[in-house]
Amino acid sequence: MSELVELKHVRKEFSGPEEQPIVILDDINLELHEGEIVALLGKSGSGKSTILRIIAGLIAPTAGEVLYRGRPVRGSAPGISMVFQDFALFPWLDVLENVRLGLEAQGVPVTEQRRRALEAIDMIGLDGFESAYPKELSGGMRQRVGFARALVVRPDVLLMDEPFSALDVPTAETLRDDLLDLWRERKIPTRAILMVSHNIEESLLLVDRLVILGSDPGRIKVELPVRLPHPRNHNSDAFRAFVDRVYSAITRPTGTAVAPLATATLGIGSRLPSANVQQMLGVLDVVSEESSSGELELSELADELEMEIDEIFPLVEALELLGFAHIGNGRIQLSEAGKAFLQADILERKPLFRQALLERVSIVRHIYKTIRAEEGQRVNEEQFLAALNESLSDEEAERVLEVIVAWGRYAELFAYDYDSGEFSLENPTADKASG
Amino acid sequence: MGAKDGQASGGRLGIIFVRKGIRIRLPIPCRGVIYKEFAVVDHPTERPFIVGEWFNRWDLILLPLVLGVLFVFAWASGHVPVAMPVPRGESISLSPIYLPLYTLKTTLRMLVALGFSLLFTFVYGGLAAKGRRAERVMVPLLDILQSVPILGFLAIIVVWVVSRMPNQQFGLEMAAVFAIFTSQAWNMTFSYYHSLKRLPKPLMQAARVFGLSRWQRFTKLELPYAIPGLVWNAMMSISGGWFFVVASEAITVSGHQVLLPGVGSYIAEAIAQRNFGAIGWAIFAMFIALMLYDQLVFRPLVAWAEKFRSETTTGGEEPRSWMLDLIRRSRLPRRIGRAINENIVPRLRRFHLPRPRPRLKSIRVKRVVRMSPRLGDAVWVSLLALIGVVTIIFIGRYVFTRVGFFEIGRVFLLGFYTLLRVLVMTLLASLIWLPIGIRIGLDPRLTHRARPIVLFLSAFPANLLFPIAVYVIVRYGLNTQIWLSPLMVLGTQWYILFNVISGASSISNDLREAARNMGLKGWRLWRRLYLPAVLPAFVTGALTAAGGAWNASVVAEIVSWGGRTLTASGVGAYIAEQTMVGNLPKVVLGIAVMSLYVVVMNRILWRPLYRYSAARTEEGS
Repeated sequence: MSELVELKHVRKEFSGPEEQPIVILDDINLELHEGEIVALLGKSGSGKSTILRIIAGLIAPTAGEVLYRGRPVRGSAPGISMVFQDFALFPWLDVLENVRLGLEAQGVPVTEQRRRALEAIDMIGLDGFESAYPKELSGGMRQRVGFARALVVRPDVLLMDEPFSALDVPTAETLRDDLLDLWRERKIPTRAILMVSHNIEESLLLVDRLVILGSDPGRIKVELPVRLPHPRNHNSDAFRAFVDRVYSAITRPTGTAVAPLATATLGIGSRLPSANVQQMLGVLDVVSEESSSGELELSELADELEMEIDEIFPLVEALELLGFAHIGNGRIQLSEAGKAFLQADILERKPLFRQALLERVSIVRHIYKTIRAEEGQRVNEEQFLAALNESLSDEEAERVLEVIVAWGRYAELFAYDYDSGEFSLENPTADKASG
Repeated sequence: MGAKDGQASGGRLGIIFVRKGIRIRLPIPCRGVIYKEFAVVDHPTERPFIVGEWFNRWDLILLPLVLGVLFVFAWASGHVPVAMPVPRGESISLSPIYLPLYTLKTTLRMLVALGFSLLFTFVYGGLAAKGRRAERVMVPLLDILQSVPILGFLAIIVVWVVSRMPNQQFGLEMAAVFAIFTSQAWNMTFSYYHSLKRLPKPLMQAARVFGLSRWQRFTKLELPYAIPGLVWNAMMSISGGWFFVVASEAITVSGHQVLLPGVGSYIAEAIAQRNFGAIGWAIFAMFIALMLYDQLVFRPLVAWAEKFRSETTTGGEEPRSWMLDLIRRSRLPRRIGRAINENIVPRLRRFHLPRPRPRLKSIRVKRVVRMSPRLGDAVWVSLLALIGVVTIIFIGRYVFTRVGFFEIGRVFLLGFYTLLRVLVMTLLASLIWLPIGIRIGLDPRLTHRARPIVLFLSAFPANLLFPIAVYVIVRYGLNTQIWLSPLMVLGTQWYILFNVISGASSISNDLREAARNMGLKGWRLWRRLYLPAVLPAFVTGALTAAGGAWNASVVAEIVSWGGRTLTASGVGAYIAEQTMVGNLPKVVLGIAVMSLYVVVMNRILWRPLYRYSAARTEEGS
C-alpha cells in the first residue's frame, strides 16, 4: 500500500495573548493510504478540522511535515480537493459556474471546462439544475454541487469537513449512499477520502478506518480499523457493538494529557464545557428514566436525546465536573449527588448546585471569594477574563466566562450586571428577602 | 478571530457584538443610511460597522495629520492676493432652455466623482483589509476623514487649484469633482473594507483549495460579496452628493465667485439676479433628474445587487425594478454578455497564463515579520506619533502667529453656537419625525408607499430650497440667528424619518401581539415597545442627520438673496466668510475647530448612545 498523504509529527499552536502559545494539535502522525476512507472523530476542540485544513494547505502547521505522494505540501495541492460543511458555494454563481470554478482556476480551456463540469454535474445527479443559483436549491442539492465542484478537478484525495452535518437525516443518507456507490464502483478518480465527523454512526457506515482524537491538546488517541462488510446495517448487532466500542474509546482518558474527564476540579485557567443547567437536568432525567440503576450507554443516551456527540459531550463533561455523574468506558452513571439534584424541587436544586459549584469548580470559587473580599462586593469581569486569558484564547475566555455567569446566576451565587460588566453579591430578590 | 470588545463582526445571523464578555448577535433592524461613523453594509439586513473602541487613541494623532494635509495645501497655495485672477467661468444663462444641459453637466460631474470614489474604495479598502499595520491607521483615518467638513475642504482645494493649475477651467472642474468625491468615498470604502473583513471563511478556503488567482479572487469572490453593500452605499453617496454638487458649482473665493455650468451655478445666478422663476425652474429640473435617476439607475442597481446577497432574506420584500426586468428580459444585453464571455474573456485569459499556483508564501513571510510584533508596532506607533506631534507644532505655530489666542477662543465659541444649533435642530426633527415614522412603519402598506418618497426627499439637494427660506426671512424680518438654523437639517432630517420607518416596520409581530394581549396602550405601549424597539435605528438616523447638519452649516449659516446676505453666528458662517475674503489660516482654523467638535461629539454622544441602544434591543443568540 502506498501512502497518498502522510502527516509526520504535526503540531499546531496559535499564539496566545501573553506570547504563550495555545497548542491545538500535538504530535499528529497520520497516513492516508490508497483505496481507503478514513474518518477523524473527536469532541469539538480536538482540532479535527484543523488537521483537514493543514492537509488542504489552508493552514500551515507550526511544526512537522505534511507529505502528499511523498512530496511536502505547500499551499493547495492540485490533487487534493475539499467538500465543506456549509457547502461554501458562491451565491452569485450558478451551479455550472460554481462547478467550473476549480477548472477555471487551473486554466483549463473554456470548452473543456464546460464538458467536464457537465459530466460531473450528471454524475452527481444534478442535471437540469445547471442554471440554478445555490439559493434556489435545497440543502442536499447544494451539497451535491459542493461534491461536483470538488470532484470535477479529478482529485486523488477528497477531504470532507462534516459534509452531511448541515443536512437533515434522510437527505444525508441519500447523499452518503450515492457517494459510497460512486466510490465503490470506481466512478470517481479519487483514491482516498478523509472526512471529519462528529456523528459516530454516520462515519461507521462509510469508513475503513477511524482515527479518534483526544482534546486539549488534540492528539491521536487510537485508530480503529473498521472491517464490517458493506452494505452496512446500522441496526445489526456487530454494528451496535462497534458503536459502543467507539464511545468507550472516546471517553477513555488519555492518561498523559490533562484529562478533563478524570480530574474533578479544574484549575483557574481551564475550559468549562458549554452546558446549560436545563440541558444537564434533561440528561440526568433521561438516564434515570431509562435505567433503574442510573447507568446508561452513551450511544443510547445519544439516541434518546437525538443529539450528536458534539452536543452531548459538553453536557456529560459538565455533569462529571460537578460530581453529578461518572463517565467511563462509553457509559454514564449517575452519582448520589446527581440523583439528589434531579429529585429536588426547583428551589431545592439551587443550593445543591451552589454547593457543587463551590466545591468542585475552582474558578467559580475563586470568583466568589474575590467578590466577597472586595469592599462594596463588586468586581469587574476584566480581572477574571485576564486570568482566563492566561491559558485560553480571547474567544474561549469569553465563552467560559459566559458559562460561569450562567451557572453562577442559576446557583444564585453572584449577580452579574450586563451593562457594567460587574460581578456582585447583590441578589435583587433573595438577599433583600433574607436580609 | 474573535471580535474585540465593542467591535462588531459578521456572523450568519447578524452582527456579532462582543461586549462585556457576552457574545450577542444583533439582527440590526434599521435599513439605514449611515455615513458618519457607521457605514451601512447591506440593504435589508444592514449591519452597521462600528469602528472599535481600540481605534480611539489614534484620533489624537490622526486628526492633526489630516488637518496637516489641509494646512499644506493652504500653505502651498501661498498668500492668496485679494485681487487674485480667478476665472469667472462661463456665464450662466437663466433661460430654462439651458437647464437640461446644465443638469446633465451636474450629473456627469457626479458620475466622474463616483468613478474616482470606486477606484479609491477598491485600493484603500483592499489595502486596509489586508495589512494589519496599515489597517490600524487607515480605518481610523477614514473615520476622521468623514468627520472633516467637506465644504470647508472645497475652498482650500479651489484656491490651490486656481493658484497652481495652468488650465484653470479644467482645474475647477477637478476641484468640484474632488469635493463630490470627498462626500462619497468614505462610506463606500468603509462598506468595502467591512465586506472584505467579513468574507465568509468557507468561501475563502474554497477559493484557496481550488487555487483561484489573485484576480479571480477579486472578481469571483471579493467584489461579488461586497456588491450589495457597495451598491447601497454608492447610492446613498449619490443621494448625499447632489447637495455637494450644487454647492461646489458656485464658490466664492477671495471675493470672486467661481461658476461651473450646472444646476448649482444656475441657482447661484438666479439668487444674484433675484429671479424667482428661475429658481422654480431649477427645482423642477432637479426633480425630473432625480426621478429619472431613481427609476433608471437607483432601483435597477439595488434590485440587481440582490443577486449577490448570500443569505436568503427572510421577511421584507425583494426590491424590484421595471427597468431591470426590461433589461433582463430583452435578448440583446444577454447576447452581448455571452459574446464577451465566450470570445473576448478567453482571449484576455491568455494574458494571465501561466498562473502561478498559490502557495502559502504569505504565511511564511508573515512569520518572519511576526518575530517581534510588539517592537514593530512600537516603532510604527511612535513614528506616527512623531509626525502627529510635529504637525501639531507646525499648525499651531502657523495659526498662532497668524491668528492669535483671542481668535481661537472666538472660533471655539462660534463652534459652540453651531453645536447648539445642530443639537436643537436634530432634537426638533426627531420630535417631529419619530412619532410619524413609527406610525408609518407600523403600517406595512404605508411603509411601502412612504419609503421611496423619503428616499427621494433625502436625495433632493436642500440648498436649492434655501432661496425660498431666505425670501421668507427677509420678507417678514425674522431673526436670522434662529430662523436660519432649520436650513441645516432641511436635507438631513429625512435620514431620521427613513431609519425610524425601517426600525418600526421590523418590530416583530410577536412583540406587538404580546403587547396587545397584555393590554399595553397609549404612552405605555410607546415607552415599553415602540420607542425602545426603534432606538438603534433612530440613533443611526439622528447621528447621520447631525453629521450632515455640521456639513450643511457652511452653506446654511450664511445665505444671500441678491445683494442681501443673512448671517447666523457659527463656525460654518465663519469658514464661509473667511473663504470669501481668502484668509486661509482662518479657514484652516475653522475647519480644525469644526472637525474637533464633530469627532468629540461622535465619541461622547453618538457612539455610546448607539452602543447602548443596540445592546438593549438584543434578543440573545
